Amino acid sequence: MQQPPTAALELVCPAGSLRALQLAVNAGADAVYLGLKGATNARNFAGLNFDGPQLADGVAYAHGHGAKVFMALNSFATAGDEQPWYRAVDAAVAAGADALIVADTAVMAYARDHHPTLRLHLSVQASATSHEAIDFYRRHYGIQRAVLPRVLTLSQVGHVLRHSQVEIEVFGFGSLCVMVEGRCALSSYVTAQSPNNTGVCSPPSAVRWTETAEGVESRLNGVLIDRYAADEPRGYPTLCKGRFEVNGRRDYALEEPTSLNSMSLLPELMRLGVRAVKIEGRQRSPAYVEQVTRVWREAIDAARAAPDRFAAKPDWTATLGHLAEGQQHTLGAYDRPWR
Amino acid sequence: MAMESTRFALTVGPVLTYWPRQSMLNFYAEVADSSADTVVLGEVVCSRRHEMKPDDWLALATELRTAGKEVVLATQILIESESDLRTLRRIAEQREFLVEAGDASALNVLTQGGAPFVLGPHINIYSRSALHEHARLGAVRWVAPAELPLASLAHVNPPADPVRARGEHAPALATEVLAFGRLPLAFSARCFTARHHRLSKDQCEFRCADDADGLLLSTSDGHPFLALNGIQTQSAAQHCLIDAREALHAAGVTRLRLSPCAQHFDEVVTLFERVMNQGAPATEALQALGAMSLPGGLANGYATGRPGMQWAGA
Repeated sequence: MQQPPTAALELVCPAGSLRALQLAVNAGADAVYLGLKGATNARNFAGLNFDGPQLADGVAYAHGHGAKVFMALNSFATAGDEQPWYRAVDAAVAAGADALIVADTAVMAYARDHHPTLRLHLSVQASATSHEAIDFYRRHYGIQRAVLPRVLTLSQVGHVLRHSQVEIEVFGFGSLCVMVEGRCALSSYVTAQSPNNTGVCSPPSAVRWTETAEGVESRLNGVLIDRYAADEPRGYPTLCKGRFEVNGRRDYALEEPTSLNSMSLLPELMRLGVRAVKIEGRQRSPAYVEQVTRVWREAIDAARAAPDRFAAKPDWTATLGHLAEGQQHTLGAYDRPWR
Repeated sequence: MAMESTRFALTVGPVLTYWPRQSMLNFYAEVADSSADTVVLGEVVCSRRHEMKPDDWLALATELRTAGKEVVLATQILIESESDLRTLRRIAEQREFLVEAGDASALNVLTQGGAPFVLGPHINIYSRSALHEHARLGAVRWVAPAELPLASLAHVNPPADPVRARGEHAPALATEVLAFGRLPLAFSARCFTARHHRLSKDQCEFRCADDADGLLLSTSDGHPFLALNGIQTQSAAQHCLIDAREALHAAGVTRLRLSPCAQHFDEVVTLFERVMNQGAPATEALQALGAMSLPGGLANGYATGRPGMQWAGA
């Protein structure tokens, strides 16, 4: 059932570890999302994510404090080795997770056929950018919520919402993918590993930093992603955020290393009837998650109490700016300055 | 006769870059005379492009069918607006030609209408179960995601035990792979070509028409890396599986997609026909393709599960 538009906007926070989960819940997350160790989710990093016992502890902790747990199972099952994905669905059910975040129709079909009461959220990795696309997954797999890709404008979000029979969740804060998620093979083109096939983008194992006469270079599997002068801030070489040459001009040809912050849009998101706002960053530290959650909790409560007077407080913005490592904040596609 | 039973159907993929109307018509006049079996038509990248209108595509489709080609109409890959959906419905609701679904919006319209359809390369089919799900809904052919290795294709749709289309005595789903052309690697709401020219997307002046094969992007140390094609990012290298005939057969592939380029495309089709279907040696054909390749050369890494940009010798 679709929630009435008056339902509170849910704050959904990342948990890359049990510690991050606990801090997010304590700081006011309505729900946390997490993944199992391995390739079954789109943040497959060493030292991150949950094993079986941690999952049980995490669900118990969250439920004990009135928060929900969503499990991300949003990469695509490997041909000939689908069992880890199916077992992860079973594990989510056994642990009492409140919903599964899914992208692969193989996984959705398994959940539908074996656990028909399990709540399914459509992952951003499913690349559903229109109400027709969302409706496809609702009709065939019974998804109850869709997370919208970070490429839609605010008015497009509103349009999708008005024509959808499921809840809508949008990204609020964190790293910005300029490419449509679930349809980006840039990483596998360079490293053989991609978000779809192994749950990683520009994997750390392929990164090399080298000091050269022309500056410090970052390479991904040998491909020069960026070169920094001594006084330039250096960023992780996510390959769409590198500097490249087009027609003799060197520039950020795809995406500048900015970070998404849609906090100023909170009253509008609520007015549109957006059901949940998601904070990106399961790969971030527990301390980061705690601070971002606390700021967004305050902001959402303030926007609910007095939507017409809402403005992001300077100390919130400062905290988020500091956490984003000095990067510029942007409203991303919501405000599409490039349109 | 032995060759006949194992013929690879050759599919001309949609033109991904933006060409003037006359270039487009000239191109398809050559395709009509080529040994290609199937032609996929339509603007799949950007809804602003207007050299060919929906009626033009339909007229062209009829002409190519008269010339003996199977014609498939493709829907746009990134659907963002109601106007995009209107165009999509116009294609997906006609019954004269088979439709290739570009995204799940198209799947929704097609499955409601009950028509058979082709799964385009951007529908994420990574396992047999996912393919089976779509076959149940009416898929009759699938174009594998470019990054999927041939070994995985053999798991998804094994030649010995293929996924079948719905219905009794239904035929096996045909597996098609991209066998030649720049790889479509990513899509964005942002137009990178307009961005490069310091223009906004809505006032882009259609500058993507300046570059018939896209705008080359190189690394800072001068290596051709990617090609910008409006909202689409392609590989600079042209993916090429002309020397993988046996491996393609073993993986259950029966159809090869050749993605158009502005120059020498008729030669590309001829070379694939000779090597794949007439027993000509791959070595010379590969040399010829290398000599006429775009900046970035040839690559085939994806076929063996390596980085897509690499060239792995047989």
